[in-house]
Amino acid sequence: MANVATKNTVQADGGLKKAILNPANIQKFLAFGALIVLLIFFTIASPFFLTFDNIVSIMLSTCVNGILALGIIFVIITGGIDLSIGTVMTFSSVMAGVMITTMGVPMWLGIIIGILTGAFCGFISGTVVSRLKLQPFIATLGVMMITKGLSLVLSGTKPIYFSDVPAFRQITVGSIVKFGAEGKYSIPNGIFIFLFMAVIAGVILNKTKLGRYNFAIGSNEEATRLSGVNVAKWKTAIYSLCGAFAGVAGIVMAARLDSAQPALGQGYELDAIASVVIGGTSMVGGEGTILGTVIGAFIISTLTNGLKVMGVAQEWQIVITGLVLVLAVLLDTLRKRGNK
Amino acid sequence: MKDTLLVMEGIDKSFPGVHALDHCKFDLRAGEVHALVGENGAGKSTLMKILTGVYGKDEGKVIYKGKEISVSGTKEAQELGICIVHQELNLMPHLTAAQNMFIGREFTGKNKLFVNDNEANKKAQALFDAMNLKLDPKAKVGKLTVAMQQMVEIAKALSFDSQILVMDEPTTALTESEIDELFKMINRLKEKGVGIVYISHRMDEIKRITDRITVMRDGTYVDTVNTKDTDIQQVINMMVGRTIYETANEHNYTDLNQVALEVKHLNSGKKIKDVSFKLHKGEILGFSGLMGAGRTEVMRAIFGADKYDSGEILIKGQKVTILRPEHAVKHGIGYLSEDRKRYGLTLGETVEQNISLPCIDKYTNKLGFTNYSTITGTSKEYIEKLSIKTPGPKQKVKNLSGGNQQKVVIAKWLLRDCDILIFDEPTKGIDVGAKSEIYKLLSQLAKEGKAIIMISSELPEVLRMSNRIIVMCEGRITGELDIKDASQEEIIKYATKREA
Repeated sequence: MANVATKNTVQADGGLKKAILNPANIQKFLAFGALIVLLIFFTIASPFFLTFDNIVSIMLSTCVNGILALGIIFVIITGGIDLSIGTVMTFSSVMAGVMITTMGVPMWLGIIIGILTGAFCGFISGTVVSRLKLQPFIATLGVMMITKGLSLVLSGTKPIYFSDVPAFRQITVGSIVKFGAEGKYSIPNGIFIFLFMAVIAGVILNKTKLGRYNFAIGSNEEATRLSGVNVAKWKTAIYSLCGAFAGVAGIVMAARLDSAQPALGQGYELDAIASVVIGGTSMVGGEGTILGTVIGAFIISTLTNGLKVMGVAQEWQIVITGLVLVLAVLLDTLRKRGNK
Repeated sequence: MKDTLLVMEGIDKSFPGVHALDHCKFDLRAGEVHALVGENGAGKSTLMKILTGVYGKDEGKVIYKGKEISVSGTKEAQELGICIVHQELNLMPHLTAAQNMFIGREFTGKNKLFVNDNEANKKAQALFDAMNLKLDPKAKVGKLTVAMQQMVEIAKALSFDSQILVMDEPTTALTESEIDELFKMINRLKEKGVGIVYISHRMDEIKRITDRITVMRDGTYVDTVNTKDTDIQQVINMMVGRTIYETANEHNYTDLNQVALEVKHLNSGKKIKDVSFKLHKGEILGFSGLMGAGRTEVMRAIFGADKYDSGEILIKGQKVTILRPEHAVKHGIGYLSEDRKRYGLTLGETVEQNISLPCIDKYTNKLGFTNYSTITGTSKEYIEKLSIKTPGPKQKVKNLSGGNQQKVVIAKWLLRDCDILIFDEPTKGIDVGAKSEIYKLLSQLAKEGKAIIMISSELPEVLRMSNRIIVMCEGRITGELDIKDASQEEIIKYATKREA
C-alpha cells in the first residue's frame, strides 16, 4: 500500500503540468477561461455589472436554461437531439398549474405530476426514436409541436396564475440562504436547485450504468447492441431522463414567473443546445461533460446580462450570442484538429 | 530491363512522437506490379501517402520519369499521373459512376454553369470499353457490387492518364471470382505500361500477381526481391524479423459427447436455407465458403442481431429463444464481428470501458452505481492474460493496432463468461505477427473448453485451426469435413456447389 501511495504522489508532482496540457482538460479550461474573461471584461466595461444583485440575477437567469441543458446533454451524448424540451418544459408547468390551481391537488403532488409529465413526454420521444427508428430530429420536432398545442389547449390559451398558492413562488424566488445584516444578501433557491440538478446529472452520467451505456451508445450504437446491451430500453430511459429535467425546469420557470405561460417555451431548446455545445460537447455524440455544460449555461447568461447592463440593444445581444457560439465551436474544432 | 518510372530515396518522415519512416527507398518500373509488404505500422501507407501528396516528406528525393518532383497535394499528384485506390473506397453512393469519376472536374462547356452529364458519360464509357469493363456509366454507384465500385475507382484513376497506380489492399472485400477479374485488369494495365504498387497482407495473391516485393519493417526499408526467386515463408520472416508461430493443427482434444450449441433447420429469406449443425465443447468449428455464402448471416441470426424466419436453437440441449443480442449473451454466446470497428468496439472509449461493456451489471450495485476501480483491476488482469499491448486500461481503443483491438473484443467476451464464441474472420486486417498470437489464443480457449465457431475466408487458416469444417454455399450447408479428410481442393469443391 505504501508503494502505491508514493507512486501516486510522484504522479501528482510531475503530473500537474501534464494535467493542464492534457487536451481533455484544456477544453474545461477553455470554457472556464472564457467565462472568466467575460466576467472581467464586463466588470471593466460597466460599473453596474459586478454587484451582488446583478450576479444573483445572472445566476437566477441561468437556472431554467441550465437545467434544460443538463437534461439534453444526455441525449446529445447518444448522438441524438431533443427539440421538444422547450415546449415540454411549458407543458409540464401548465400541467402542474392545472393540477394545483384548478384541480386543487396539493402543491408537492402537483410538482411531481409536472416532472412526471416531462418524463412521460421524453418517454414518448425515446420510444419513437429507439423502437420505431424515427430520426430524433423529426420525432422530437413532432413532440415539440404536440406539446406546444396541448399546453394551449389545457390552459385555454391563458396563463395560469399561482396567486392562491403563495408557497409555490418561493420554490425559485424564495431563499433559504441569507446573510448580512437582517438578511440583506439573499440567494434565491432556484440557483441551488440548478446546482443540485447539476450534481445529480454528474452522478448519473459518471457513476451509473445509464451513464456508461450513454457514452457507449454515442460512441458506437451497433457495437453496444451487439455487446448484449438493450439499446432501445436505455435510449428510451435517456430521453425520459431528459424529459424529467425539462419538467423540473418547467416548475422552476413557473415558480419564477408565478404563473404557467402556455405560449412560452419554444426557442429554449436552442439555448440549451448552445450551452451544451459551448461547454465543449460534440454534437456527434460519445463525449460531453456536466461541468462544461454548467459553464456553457453561465457563459450564455453572463453574455446576455453583461450586454444588457452595458446598454446594448436586445437585437444586438442576440447577434453577439450567435457569434460567440460559432467562435466557441470553431475553437473546439481547431483544438481537436491540432491533436490529430 | 524495363524503364524505371519512379525512384524514392532517403525518404524520412516523423510525426510527433513517432519516427514513421527512417530513410526509406522504393522504386517502380513501367509495366510492373511491385508489392509493398510489411506489418501494420511498418510505414507502407505513410510512404505511399508521401508519394501521392497526402503528406509532405521531411527529407529525401522523389524522382519521377527522370525528374525530381515535389508534390504538395493529391490533386497535383493526380495531374502528374500518380493515383491511389484506397482500401476504403471514396465514392459517393448516390451519384452515378461517371459523376463519381469526374467529380471536381465536371464538364461544364463554355458557359461554366451547367454540368454536361452526357459528355462525362461518353468519356466514362470510352474508358470502360478500353478497360474491357461491362458497366453503365449512368449506374448509381451505391447499387453496384463492391468489386464494381472498385473498378469505378480504378477507372477514375485511369481517367487522369495515370502512370503510377497505388492499390491499397484491393482484394479485402472481393470474392474469388472478383479477384480474378481484378487481376485480369491489373494484367491489362501492366501491358499498357502502368506501374502498379500493390499493398496487401495476402501472400498467395502477392505470389500470384506481383513481379517484385519490397519489404518494410518498423519504418525502415528491409529488402527488395524478385517474386519468382523467393518463397512466402522467406518474405514473412523478413516482415516479422522473427520466427513466428507456424505449426500445423495441434489441438485434437474434442469432447464430442458434450454439445454446446445445436442449430436445427434455420431459415431466413434467401440468405439462410435450412441450416443445421452441432457445435461441441472444446472444438473449433470452421465455417468456410465464398464471400456472400451466408455464413455471417447464420451467425448474426443465432446471436439475435438479425431476425430469422424459422428454426430452433438449443444450448446444452435446452431450447432457447433468442430475439435480441442480450438474450444470446445471457446464454453465454459471444460474437466477434469481422468488422471490429463498426460492430465490435466503441473506438473512442478506453480499453476498460470496452472490456466491461457487456457485464456492467457485475460491477453495479442495486442503486445503479458502477464500481469503476474494480473494472480497472479486472481489465488489467485480462490485458496481462491476453498480452494486449497497451499503456494501460485507460488507453483509448482507437490508438491500438488491429491485433490488439481484436484481443480487446476477445477479452470482453471472456469477462462475460461466454462459453460459445463466434469469431467472424478473426484475423482480418491483422498483420502476420499478431495473427499467430490470435491463433494461439483460439487454440488455448478451445483447450479450456470453450466452444468456438470460426468463420474464415482464408483456406489455410481454416485448415490449420479447425477440428471440423462446415462449408456453405448460397445460404445452404453443402459439406461437412473432418479435419483429417479436409484439403483446400475439397473445400472449394463444396464452396462452389451451387444448386442446379
